[in-house]
Amino acid sequence: MTVETKSAVVITGNKAAAEAARLARVEVVAAYPITPQSPVVEALAKYIETGDLDAEFITVESEHSAMGVCIGAATAGSRVFTASSANGLAYMCEQLSWVAGSRLPIVMGCANRAMSAPWSVLNDQQDSMSQRDQGWIQLFCRNNQEILDTFLQAFRIAEQVKLPVMVCYDGYILSHTVMPVEIPDQEEVDAYLPPYAAHTALDPAAPRNINPVTLADPRLNGEGVLCHGYMEFRYLMEQAHQEALDVIVKADEEFGARFGRRWGGLTWSYQLDDADTVLIAAGSLAGEATISADMLREEGVRAGVLGLRAYRPFPADSLAEQLKQAKRVIVFDKSLSYGYGGPICMDVRATLQRHKMATDVDGYIAGLGGRDIKARELAAATRESIAWAAKRHAPKPTGWINLQL
Amino acid sequence: MATNALNLPENEYLLPGNRACAGCSVGIVFRHLSKALEGKAIFVVPASCFTVLCGMYPTASVTVPVMNSVFPGTAACASGIAASLKKQGREDITVVAMAGDGGTADIGIQGLSGAAERNANVFFVCYDNEAYMNTGTQRSGLTPLGARTSTTPTLGKGQFPKDMPAIVEAHDVPYIATASPGYPGDLYDKVRKARAIFGTRYMHINAPCPAGWQFAPGQTVAMAKSAVETRAFILYEIENGKFRLTGRSLALAGKDKFPGISEFLRHQGRFSKLDEALAAQLQARVEERWRQAVARHIACEQQ
Ligand SMILES: Cc1ncc(C[n+]2csc(CCOP(=O)(O)OP(=O)(O)O)c2C)c(N)n1
Ligand code: SF4
Ligand SMILES: [Mg+2]
Repeated sequence: MTVETKSAVVITGNKAAAEAARLARVEVVAAYPITPQSPVVEALAKYIETGDLDAEFITVESEHSAMGVCIGAATAGSRVFTASSANGLAYMCEQLSWVAGSRLPIVMGCANRAMSAPWSVLNDQQDSMSQRDQGWIQLFCRNNQEILDTFLQAFRIAEQVKLPVMVCYDGYILSHTVMPVEIPDQEEVDAYLPPYAAHTALDPAAPRNINPVTLADPRLNGEGVLCHGYMEFRYLMEQAHQEALDVIVKADEEFGARFGRRWGGLTWSYQLDDADTVLIAAGSLAGEATISADMLREEGVRAGVLGLRAYRPFPADSLAEQLKQAKRVIVFDKSLSYGYGGPICMDVRATLQRHKMATDVDGYIAGLGGRDIKARELAAATRESIAWAAKRHAPKPTGWINLQL
Repeated sequence: MATNALNLPENEYLLPGNRACAGCSVGIVFRHLSKALEGKAIFVVPASCFTVLCGMYPTASVTVPVMNSVFPGTAACASGIAASLKKQGREDITVVAMAGDGGTADIGIQGLSGAAERNANVFFVCYDNEAYMNTGTQRSGLTPLGARTSTTPTLGKGQFPKDMPAIVEAHDVPYIATASPGYPGDLYDKVRKARAIFGTRYMHINAPCPAGWQFAPGQTVAMAKSAVETRAFILYEIENGKFRLTGRSLALAGKDKFPGISEFLRHQGRFSKLDEALAAQLQARVEERWRQAVARHIACEQQ
């Protein structure tokens, strides 16, 4: 994928995230440490102390305040950055929805980690999934280069559609694993990412009351103009999400044109063209699934992989189009909507149903709390799904990979 | 010369008509605050009666920029604005975080403590109406002993309030003051002083609330004055550790006879069941706090 290695370094996913924030010339950073995100904060603190990054670093006392600082600074006119994981992300919860409702283009990192109790610092995707409906764009990465590049794209996407973006990357698997990463030139990044401009002035010369109580129905302002009610604002947010489907693709295309690397926009695929059996996942798990697809192909199963990059907005139409030839889809979720099933699996099922496609969709829960997942286990699950369909007519219950009760 | 009603500037940042209750002291507080800041301020406001006062979309009752914040997030949001203004070289604007007692001393205390410890360049103003008024007068950490609220409906609150300025003082911030809408000149002068200081400045304002304290809306200023006169509320400032009584409280320091606390409380419905035992407990606390304040004033004067 890489055109030429100009200045490739071998770094962790966390470091790649910090490098991206530096290259994006963020002006205010506020973050609170939590495993496995902490090294991002530490790296940025160092950049700022040593003058590699000209920014204010606000050492807040909590994640709630980290996002609070970001909200204040982004509204006042600065590009901001923060990152978190698991409990930290949950602690930000009410601020996350405040950010989206304020249409602030804040970009944050989520080094995905399991939610407690019981305590676990290891990876799954329950943390970002639990915040799915807050109004944020959620993008997933499969390797460290993609982390760096996705963050740069995220600032552009966010500032264009006025929605916040959460860049999700698997804790430890990516956050703490070193990989070669090419660091783009600052001038190129500057050309790709125009300077930040706040959408609403916070200025005594032009006083406004930002985010006051807003009623259900539209209301007249002082000049007699009918202004939106709460529901209209929500509709506009949804429209921005729909618009983001295109913007995400274009941001990736333009990134590719400038830097020589593209990541697929909304989704990426592996051996999908002739695949009748498609494995779907988000993040590093989808990367692992490509090895499973190779294994299955050796056995004569025409397997392929569809990796989700964008999870919100959900690339439903693109997915339906790409799954046209598929007979069977197996979705691997690293999180769970308790009492129902894997969230991505549910979304894929709904998409195919809406497009009147009769494709079988089976779901598996995998890798919760850092449980190791091997490519052969994903392949075995795929075989199980195929066998179930051949023998039984009842819907297959959600499977749990490598469960040892 | 100290500022008084006659020499206060005439500029106004509170428009006629707002959604606060009749007789609400928060409007008086905001009016004098914004005058002293000449409108060159950005206000951060959490969920509270002050949000209501500022108006509903798409109308506003104030002519300064207001940024609403989640209930616990006032201080953090304000320090984010301050950080951004610093980066932009716009530090002539005062960032005011203005919260109620709940948004300051209870749910907001963590963020305020963090901001104060970092000495964030924020002017934090607590208007203390002594309960969660916006949600219907529930007890807060600053509700006085014995006051009936909707969550202490029959017995009244069983604890004394926290000493919030003392909590902030423990953070070593450059300026702390108390103020009262009964003495707007004193309030104004303190805001002028705070405005010129860099770092976290904290002002604690006694804010009589006719709806929650249950007194006639026309009595707000009288109530505020009575709080100071009975010494239930003391006007002072602490500048870089130096404590000084101010205004009416300074004048009272020369006296030895004062009206009892009951004079202040008996006009408040929330204290309608005030008995002798409770009055004695409250009076003892007033005496002790007054003694400490006067002693500290004298000690600092002699330094
Ligand atoms: C996290 C959260 N919890 C609870 C509330 C509900 N709430 C809104 S305002 C308020 C009380 C405000 O009390 P105070 O800060 O004293 O201000 P006042 O209304 O008295 O002016 C409460 C409990 C909220 N908005 N957010
Ligand atoms: S409840 Fe009290 S503080 Fe709130 S608006 Fe009414 S009078 Fe003012
Ligand atoms: Mg209150």
